[in-house]
Amino acid sequence: MLRIRRFEEKCVELYSAARIRGFVHLYIGEEAVAVGTMQALGADDAVVATYREHGHALARGVPARSIMAEMFGKVEGCSRGRGGSMHIFDAATRFYGGNAIVGGGLPLAVGLALADKIRGVPRVTACFFGEGAVAEGEFHESMNLAALWKLPVLFCCENNLYAMGTALERSESETDLALKASSYQVAAWSVDGMDVLACQSAAERATTAIRGGGGPVFVEFRTYRFRAHSMYDPELYRSKEEVEHWKQRDPIATFVASLQADGLVTQDALDRVEQEVTAEIEDAIAFAEAGSLEPVEDLARFLYTEQN
Amino acid sequence: MAPAETENVVMTYRDAVRAAIRDALRRDDRVFLMGEDVGCYGGCFAVSRGLLEEFGPERIRDTPLSEAAFVGAGIGAAIGGMRPIVEIMTVNFSLLALDQIMNNAATISHMSGGQFHVPLVIRMTTGAGRQLAAQHSHSLEGWYAHIPGIKVLTPATLEDARGMLWTALEDPDPVLIFEHGSLYNVEGELPAGAGPVDIERAYVRRGGSDISLITYGGTLRTTLAAAEQLAAEGIDCEVLDLRVLRPLDTAAIVASVARTHRAVIVDEGWRSGSISAEICARIVEGAFYELDAPVARVCSREIPMPYAAHLEQAALPRIETIKQAVQRSLGGHHG
Repeated sequence: MLRIRRFEEKCVELYSAARIRGFVHLYIGEEAVAVGTMQALGADDAVVATYREHGHALARGVPARSIMAEMFGKVEGCSRGRGGSMHIFDAATRFYGGNAIVGGGLPLAVGLALADKIRGVPRVTACFFGEGAVAEGEFHESMNLAALWKLPVLFCCENNLYAMGTALERSESETDLALKASSYQVAAWSVDGMDVLACQSAAERATTAIRGGGGPVFVEFRTYRFRAHSMYDPELYRSKEEVEHWKQRDPIATFVASLQADGLVTQDALDRVEQEVTAEIEDAIAFAEAGSLEPVEDLARFLYTEQN
Repeated sequence: MAPAETENVVMTYRDAVRAAIRDALRRDDRVFLMGEDVGCYGGCFAVSRGLLEEFGPERIRDTPLSEAAFVGAGIGAAIGGMRPIVEIMTVNFSLLALDQIMNNAATISHMSGGQFHVPLVIRMTTGAGRQLAAQHSHSLEGWYAHIPGIKVLTPATLEDARGMLWTALEDPDPVLIFEHGSLYNVEGELPAGAGPVDIERAYVRRGGSDISLITYGGTLRTTLAAAEQLAAEGIDCEVLDLRVLRPLDTAAIVASVARTHRAVIVDEGWRSGSISAEICARIVEGAFYELDAPVARVCSREIPMPYAAHLEQAALPRIETIKQAVQRSLGGHHG
């Protein structure tokens, strides 16, 4: 969680310094969801994420170097500089984007799970999306299809209460999202998305059910985005008091406090983690800075598959 | 006893498509067919009739009416190692899946820096002529040809209906196949052993020296009929079947115009911002100094397709309108 937090804080600095451009959507405040959920996934499982996916990529094991280089637009980036912040792809960790169309990743996840089901491969596809996606037709179509065909999809709904600037109660006639999902005969429940252990245990329960052949599961992670929607957001739609209230439940601070209260971690160990994280991020930035730009002659490469 | 491989058998365009699907299912166990009513119903246009009984529900998958979900699932399954054939009932319905086609299928290879590939085939019906009115009759394949990252095929003959599918399935990238609805009942002969064909080149379906008629899909037959009638008037038309709208076989277009020095493009799509406009531009770019007359176009009228038979026919390219365009290009007299 600290890696993601510090990585993204650095992104803000780099963005302000115009080293990173385009849209950058920060995950700060929501780290427990990705970190907790990824604990329940194995190396063979797949992940489909959204444009707010630095955290998922880092937690999944996509190297910080290749993510940072991607944001710098360098050829050493995971998507060779073609994707940027919103389109992190990594075959080695089965990380299928980085989808910047709200709801657009859900049918893709259903298809990955369908391929596994047809071939009898016991893998899970975890699909992350925000509560805003629940208003999209692709959400409903995907839930129905996954349930109908009992496909191994873990639908991870990250409810941070705002679809960009539109509050949940202003966009959904039924704000109980697990109830909504359960209408598709999908096992569905909600969990405190600010508590990393609760997230992990929810994901473990879900993946156990999915691996048992029970079909898809929907988990609503109740979380909150501490920062603006993107770098261009003046945050007119929510109060400072509300943000401050949620910051009291900071997933990193509360987890550290509970570890300390139980005597499970020393200040030395915490300092060491902080140093390791700083070193990793500095290394990632140095790697990105030293990276090269893809030759413009290669602009159209990979539009179609290169065959030998 | 089955006919010898070289022996001709009589079949319809529908039979040829079905034979192609059956062949693909037999050749590769990663292939499956998925779409609305492809199974129990036998296909909206009876293309897949009998396949459910032969291959079972795992490989002939009826889907809910969820174009975005099942097209997207086809994309995911293709990335996941399968070779799906997704059927969409008509091109108008494909607009419900346009997000998946445009934003996922067409982008993922490039956007991922070449890490992921989408070996998916999407088949759909296109075109008018059956009084199905304004939400089942349009020719939007030219729109799709606008999108880099996909390939667009328009089989106009039995041979292509039979042969393009397997080549498309072997392609590592997404391929869209547009089957003109008026062709399904067309009967013809095909060798029993007919197999895969290329999906790269335009073919000259009728050689000629006076003018090039450039067309594809549902209007190939109309154009060939017009060429026959014009031959009786002493006008020798070359008919070029594009077959593939993306990537366009520009060399074949330019070569034909260089031979005849005149061109009429026949396209059932609308004229403005269309594939016919693109072909016209390529002729101007590649064969401008070869031209003896302005390039002409015969397209559908720019209206939503009407129901009434006489109105629908009036909106479409016809033998008469093609002949008139040719005669105008030749200045009313030949030679």
